[in-house]
Amino acid sequence: MEETSYREAVRSALREEMLRDQDVILLGESITGYGGSYAVTRGLVQEFGPHRVMETPIAEAGIVGFAVGAAMGGLKPVAELMTVNFALLALDQIVNSAAKFHYMFGGQWSVPMVVRTVSGFGQLGATHSQTFEGWFASVPGLKVVMPSTPADAKGLLLSAIRDPDPVIYIEHSLLYSTKGPMPDDPAALVPIGRARLARTGTDVTVVAYSRMLLQALQAAETLEREDGCQCEVIDLRTLRPVDYPAVAQSVRRTHRVVVCGEDWRTGGFGAALLAEIQDRCFDDLDAPIARVAMADVPLPYARNLEQALMPSHEQVVQAVRSVL
Amino acid sequence: MVLIRHFEEHAAEAYAQAKIGGFLHLYIGEEAVAVGALAAARPTDDLLTHYRDHGYALARGCDPAACMAELFGKATGLSRGRGGSMHLADRSRHFWGGYAIVGSHIPIGTGMAYAAKYQARDDVVLEFFGDGATGNGIFHEGLNMAALWKVPVVFICENNLYGMGATLAEESPVKDMVIRAEGYTMPARQCDGMDVISVYETVADAVAHARAGNGPFFVECLTYRFRGHSMADPELYRDKEEVRRWRALDPIARFGALLVDERICTEQELTLVNEQVEQEMLQAVAAADLAPVPDPATAGDLVYANPIDPAQPSPPPDPAEAAARPPAAVGGA
Repeated sequence: MEETSYREAVRSALREEMLRDQDVILLGESITGYGGSYAVTRGLVQEFGPHRVMETPIAEAGIVGFAVGAAMGGLKPVAELMTVNFALLALDQIVNSAAKFHYMFGGQWSVPMVVRTVSGFGQLGATHSQTFEGWFASVPGLKVVMPSTPADAKGLLLSAIRDPDPVIYIEHSLLYSTKGPMPDDPAALVPIGRARLARTGTDVTVVAYSRMLLQALQAAETLEREDGCQCEVIDLRTLRPVDYPAVAQSVRRTHRVVVCGEDWRTGGFGAALLAEIQDRCFDDLDAPIARVAMADVPLPYARNLEQALMPSHEQVVQAVRSVL
Repeated sequence: MVLIRHFEEHAAEAYAQAKIGGFLHLYIGEEAVAVGALAAARPTDDLLTHYRDHGYALARGCDPAACMAELFGKATGLSRGRGGSMHLADRSRHFWGGYAIVGSHIPIGTGMAYAAKYQARDDVVLEFFGDGATGNGIFHEGLNMAALWKVPVVFICENNLYGMGATLAEESPVKDMVIRAEGYTMPARQCDGMDVISVYETVADAVAHARAGNGPFFVECLTYRFRGHSMADPELYRDKEEVRRWRALDPIARFGALLVDERICTEQELTLVNEQVEQEMLQAVAAADLAPVPDPATAGDLVYANPIDPAQPSPPPDPAEAAARPPAAVGGA
């Protein structure tokens, strides 16, 4: 079967939704002639024109605010924020505007918009190597998705664009060139709020998402080979709302859990995940929940220092061994 | 204007009686801006305002009882008791709300105006904000985009000389807010915000400019709030003589005098209007008082338009949700 790259999967979701619905527009920094910082939107302005693929000033809060308004005016905007680090400039519009209006104005309208942004590393220095999914996932009113495979990248983006609520859709810079099979039906939606069983196993449940899902699968291979341990790996896919029923179902069989993420250990998404799993699954657990997370350090530039801190499959292996 | 004045006075009284919680920002003194500007727009033109928003809701024709009920935190409130004083909204009247993060609505209205242009509607967006908002980066981001994409929006600055407790001289290097528009090549005009006719005429020109497809327009209304920033404001930053000078320019008294001078109505008729409005406001307060509070069981509702419960099986695809405008009828943006 022909495989599709993660980058191509995101682009095809954008393109197909734009073909299907003329109210879908894109906006972002250097997304037209340049084609986007990670080349996701390349070619789309030529196909759809500058009124649907909008080059914006460098103004992240303005971009998201504009998208909120365009959504209120009847469009379905997809705003690109070049990286999640720059999304901090737009936090007010994401948290105080997009996430609040449906509730705060008594349900009179919703904000059907998507913010596409990117987590990742690669010797980019402390201000460009962060991952804030835990912040977004803590906000009622937002939905947060982080696909790990090309198929999910496409199917979740289709769902996100059609959803009436604001969706934070976080890509990963280290996944763009990864490839994978696409579903038989190219227009198939992947539902928001559903985890995916990425690998079945009986000894431990490893919960991961985005790049860490790949690291978890690699760790599972190592553990099978070296320890005879069968890891069950769950790809969360959606971080708000989390598919806790799927996690709990797995934990009832394995009785051991490792949660994996790339954001900081203190207050990161893994911390919230761990607490909730403990609340729901305490009686099923035979060991404390272990966690793979970023050390509480700003990421340095030097390659060896960065690699020493980046959560990896080796750390997942160690974490699993600690709960066996 | 009379209705707004009476509404606000009753709100202040109810606040003193602890029937209203949180913050309460009164519009008293600035009535000519909302009334003059909205009279110059169509009822279908979209409206976004700052958090001192009661006057706009009333000038747009929202039910005073529903506005008061929102202040009282009642289920019958304009925003069902979820918004409060700073977050009134009535979508059916194209009143898209009061915004309490200063300046945050500037790009939002710009985006709404783009949607109108994209969908080839001839609606105009009116955005109101104070002089204080012009110090915020989001104001400039919004103006920049509006000018860049020539969207049909009218920015209306209520320059009341204070950003909460900061004087204009403390918060801005320019005294005239219209200068802010120059950097965006945006036409701008100043008007007397204490004169409802001046506001009306200026905003009418601005709206016509935007509706004709000429892009955004900036209006500055020179005005003054007679009361403190909020009910908690001891007004240590301005002197009483200044307040007295501005009170002499009361927009209601001025317009009333004009109506009598021009023989459009008599003093007696003005008195009658006052009495009728007062009766209406008494009824609004009584209705808000009697209205039920929101059911606590509903506190968690409305977070999402499409709530997703992972414990439930996937819902079947909703044909309405999948509704899309096929590309055949592409609009004229």
